[in-house]
Amino acid sequence: MDDPKRKYVIPGDVITTGPYRAEENVHLFGDKIIATAVGISEIFDSGVRVIPLTGMYIPRIDDFIIGIVRSHTSLSWELAINSCYPGILPAQDVFGRDFDPKVDSLTSRLKKGDLIAARVANSDRSRDPLITIADRDLGKIEDGELVKISPTKIPRLIGKRGSMIQSIEGATKAQITIGQNGYIVVSCPEAEGLLKALDAIRMVEEQAHVPNLTERIQQMLGSNSE
Amino acid sequence: MGVKKSDIVLLDDKGLRCDGRKIDQPRRIMIKAGVLKNANGSAYIEFGENKILAGVFGPRDVHPKHLANTDRGILRCRYHMQPFSVSERKNPAPSRREIEISKVIKEALEPAVMLENFPRTVVDIFIEILQADGGSRCAALDAAAVALADAGIPMRDMVSACAAGKVADTIVLDINNEEDQEGQADMPVAYMPNLEKITLIQLDGVLTPQEYEKCVNTAISGCKLVYEIQKKALRDKFFGDESQ
Repeated sequence: MDDPKRKYVIPGDVITTGPYRAEENVHLFGDKIIATAVGISEIFDSGVRVIPLTGMYIPRIDDFIIGIVRSHTSLSWELAINSCYPGILPAQDVFGRDFDPKVDSLTSRLKKGDLIAARVANSDRSRDPLITIADRDLGKIEDGELVKISPTKIPRLIGKRGSMIQSIEGATKAQITIGQNGYIVVSCPEAEGLLKALDAIRMVEEQAHVPNLTERIQQMLGSNSE
Repeated sequence: MGVKKSDIVLLDDKGLRCDGRKIDQPRRIMIKAGVLKNANGSAYIEFGENKILAGVFGPRDVHPKHLANTDRGILRCRYHMQPFSVSERKNPAPSRREIEISKVIKEALEPAVMLENFPRTVVDIFIEILQADGGSRCAALDAAAVALADAGIPMRDMVSACAAGKVADTIVLDINNEEDQEGQADMPVAYMPNLEKITLIQLDGVLTPQEYEKCVNTAISGCKLVYEIQKKALRDKFFGDESQ
């Protein structure tokens, strides 16, 4: 890698020493800043962080995610969100404040296997993360193909200022909804566009660490359409 | 068993050991990361004649639930030898030795894994010995550490392990099966190379204080060699040709 401020690291690698702030995926040992994950280290302003290349999704407040309904109790749904904790979607969120568990049946709105676009309302690891769909553009996803990729590759799929995702959407006419948790829903009126978009997403996942990936994807999409 | 004690020359007059190695030379080591699709992280190691597969799951829900810890995650480890891993069929049920090694591997990895980041969860490590030679606990630890890093579980440092021992009154690095059976001492050591901390040390045999110190230092130098190979395995998987 040419940039001296970025390097490939594995757990235990000393990224730098000195008065830096330890941000994500690093820890401070004496005056050494040590990587705790496999990834690319970055030194910016006065902080150091590692962008991981592998690992689980850790829910963070305000993350936009896609969840799969797994089960429900009389008061809430339980969602698979590709994390070590299940997401909890309270019934009031869907039925409104006058929700009555004696009258309203949760399965009438969301059934097992349904996909929802949601946001993380609260997450502090002492309890299961609270999920909400009470916002614009959130709620049940009616159609589309679900793709699961590693959540660590999501920033790469979006690209700088959305460049990557825009070029995929533009070339395939597909509509792509990306959840920060690594779940992606692709919908497209044409089967060919859908397949091309899926191929492009898989290519991003496989080659996330390769430079100039946006150009490679554009080339791939261009050559397919000819 | 078949060979009498007097049949093996552990150290010849040229300073070579029974398998032709010098006293400070480890066996051939090869590690490959990410060999299994269904596990979150995995690694395969060949350490001399040892062939070991390690798979990692998690962090994930703890079952049974009463084992869960509310302020940190827990680590579980299973070291298991396949029936065909030794020359005479091994009963696949966990033996006293396997239970002990599972425990020491778990305790050797615990200081490195940042379990406090994942309360109420478990990280499961499964180690299968496909073929056993001397020093399988060290080799298993090396594979488990690579599998943990492959799974993206936050770690303070890698854990590298290597044994040293005493054969024919000489301290040697990385003892093999014959040296283990016929030698005078065996000392497996696991080490965090960047933090310079020992996470496992066992000793089977009798050493003088001077020999003990030399043995620890020899084992640590072996751990550092293993660390380079672990690093290469992870770099090969994640960075391909572009790693420096």
